[in-house]
Amino acid sequence: MKYLHLVWAAMLRRKARTLLTLLSIMLAFLLFGVLDSVRSAFMEAGHNVAAVHRLVTFSKASLTVPLPKSLYSRIEAVPGVSEAAYVNWFGGYYQTPKHALGGEAVGAGFFALFPEYEMPATERRAFAAIRTGVVVGEGLARRYHWKLGDKIPVQADIFAQKNGSNTWTFDLVGIYHVSAARLESEEYGFYFHWDYFDQASALGNGTVNWYVERVADPRQADRIARAIDALSANSDHETQTQREDAFAAHLISQYVDMGPIVGAILGAVFFTLILLTSNTMTQAVRERVPELAILKTLGFPGRGILSLVLGESVLLLASGGAAGLVLASLVVGLVRARLGAQIPLLPVGWAIWLQGLGLTALIGVLVGALPARHGMRLRIVDALSGH
Amino acid sequence: MYQKIASFVTSSIAAIGALAALALLPSWSLVLACAVLVGWFSLTRVGRQAWSVAQMGMATLPQRPGAASVVVVGIAGVVGVLVALLSLAQGLESTLRQAGTDDTAIVLRAGSQTEISSSLDRDTATIAGEEPEVLRDARGQPMASPELITVASLPKSSDGRPANVAIRGVEQAAWGVHPDVRILAGRRFTPGLRELIVGKAAAREFKGLTLGSSVVLGGQPWTIVGEFDSGNAHDSELWADVDVVASVYRHGSNVSSLTVRLSNAAHFQAFKAALAGDPRLKVDVSTTRTYYEKQSEALGRMIRILGTTVAIIMAVGAVFGALNTMYTAIAIRTREIATLRAMGFRSAPVVVSVLTETILLALAGGALGAALAWALFGHYTASTLGSNFSQVVFEFRVTPALLAAGLKWAVAIGLIGGLLPALLAARMPVTSGLKAL
Repeated sequence: MKYLHLVWAAMLRRKARTLLTLLSIMLAFLLFGVLDSVRSAFMEAGHNVAAVHRLVTFSKASLTVPLPKSLYSRIEAVPGVSEAAYVNWFGGYYQTPKHALGGEAVGAGFFALFPEYEMPATERRAFAAIRTGVVVGEGLARRYHWKLGDKIPVQADIFAQKNGSNTWTFDLVGIYHVSAARLESEEYGFYFHWDYFDQASALGNGTVNWYVERVADPRQADRIARAIDALSANSDHETQTQREDAFAAHLISQYVDMGPIVGAILGAVFFTLILLTSNTMTQAVRERVPELAILKTLGFPGRGILSLVLGESVLLLASGGAAGLVLASLVVGLVRARLGAQIPLLPVGWAIWLQGLGLTALIGVLVGALPARHGMRLRIVDALSGH
Repeated sequence: MYQKIASFVTSSIAAIGALAALALLPSWSLVLACAVLVGWFSLTRVGRQAWSVAQMGMATLPQRPGAASVVVVGIAGVVGVLVALLSLAQGLESTLRQAGTDDTAIVLRAGSQTEISSSLDRDTATIAGEEPEVLRDARGQPMASPELITVASLPKSSDGRPANVAIRGVEQAAWGVHPDVRILAGRRFTPGLRELIVGKAAAREFKGLTLGSSVVLGGQPWTIVGEFDSGNAHDSELWADVDVVASVYRHGSNVSSLTVRLSNAAHFQAFKAALAGDPRLKVDVSTTRTYYEKQSEALGRMIRILGTTVAIIMAVGAVFGALNTMYTAIAIRTREIATLRAMGFRSAPVVVSVLTETILLALAGGALGAALAWALFGHYTASTLGSNFSQVVFEFRVTPALLAAGLKWAVAIGLIGGLLPALLAARMPVTSGLKAL
């Protein structure tokens, strides 16, 4: 600490170089922060605490093959299943095909399985009471400026009504909110009654696309999943039951494997950064050889010189890195505020900060080590005579 | 100090502006600029002076390998990342786009955006296929192919984890409507039997899809009797007889879509109007080109935006690196430059020599980055979940145009990184320069 003013003086020796180096470091860590927020948005999808308690059951043949609804009472009776619900997928659009909507027709008791969807009790009761009622996520309501009591016409993709109409009209009775910021993408759901859907739809009657089960004890999840699949073994509608988080993670990985792409970019960025900063530090020490020699003459020990140079490189990296991470937080915050959950971005959280600052320390020591050793081993006589 | 900061801020703004301007210029302008520069170097007196000064500067490069490699590696990183990400977008878009043509049209249920979310009854498919705009084959049959899409799950060859694969059920008419589907090995499937032909991308991407082997799909065993190549998105699919697929997957008699070959691309509007005017039909129709272009639009755009944003940020970083290197290079050569000026060299050769040195370093970096991107991703394949809820396999397309764009970025970075130091060197007062240590 007592050397801090010396480190400071060294950094100000060539202001232009220090500033350029700081800016490069800042940009590298800006990229690190933003890209890591994209990567973690992909990684964290489907990983929430409540999901650990949930299983999903699809047809083994294909995600798109429907299952009979008659399976419901048998799944509910499987020991260890505390609640179950069935869901039908419903695709369509609102007003224009550009406003695609992914809706779900859900059986009674569906929301009991999703405690993270927070909604006032009055709205829950309204949904239970109104046949054409729909519950939407806050994000979706905000996007289309919907409010409670609105009538929402939806053009169906595939499920026309029995009367030949393609337009389904729903009454907005509830808007749910999800507290955890990383589950923000869940705030775009559109849920209505399976009974209403099944009675009015011209297609797919008496069938469901998937079941959701809640298990009392997550440690029993695998056994319960096998028990559910055993119900339909060797029938013409065999099922496959998985934990919800595993299912979601797998689905996302089929879209795009972000890990390697982000890894490759950051690899290129940091390789360049290490080269650049180590070049800066080598130059800085080379220029200052006579000064360092004078310090030694004055009685500074070798280790003192070592910590001076290392302190300078770590300080350089840490201040540039912190500035970059602050900038990344601002950029991510701004983009999220403007675009919401349209693009996958998580707030720059403590995990990214911790990793980032760890990286600055690591790179600081790495690029400072050689020049610092050079400074420590200086022979005063040679250095002062200009060799 | 404040003046310096202000000049850095304006220079970085100018840097971003110049990068954008250069991005808009066509690649041949680069070649033209090089030709002009070479002519100037060899033909004019000032040009020859500049070249000899530049040569002198470059002769000192081996003495500062660290500083020179900062420019080269920094720019290689920018160009490599840019070319790799843009070739990813290009590959995805051309794989999907090539599945479409202007003289084939796809009919879907009204409101459906994709085949998987569409359903047509057989009457609708027959009526739409009978329209006069639809081409007829030698036997007078309409070239209209009703197709059923369903999705199965198979383990991937890379990690053994299951992923979705599309199964397309087709009739005999499909061979005429999709002439680009060529059998590479084996034969076509026999109607009525549980036989499959597999696209060459699907065969590579999924485990167990080799010719002659048997695979369980929808709880039934199927035999793989052929492998096909279409050069587009269909390569990621498995094809079989439509009635067999419908019975195994209990789809009833409905199909997903109807693809027709029009007698002339110009007849599309008439075909569309005819379908819209028929009260029995509730369908949407688009040319297959529009249909497939729309599918790649969103993801392609997202990758392009991501790639360009990352490359711009990296490029600004590389400009700072180049500035740093060139300022240092000039600081080392202060006396030398001042001596040249005292001998009567004018400032233009000094400016040009510094710029030439930076741009040559930048070009070396750009070439390195482009070569790396080409070597690593030239034959790389990736896959994503397409709109039919199944894997679409595509190759990275590292095209010459993308490589040229990468080099253009490299030159831009070199130009911006070299300009300020060059001006500084030219404006240096001769007397103080000579006194410098």
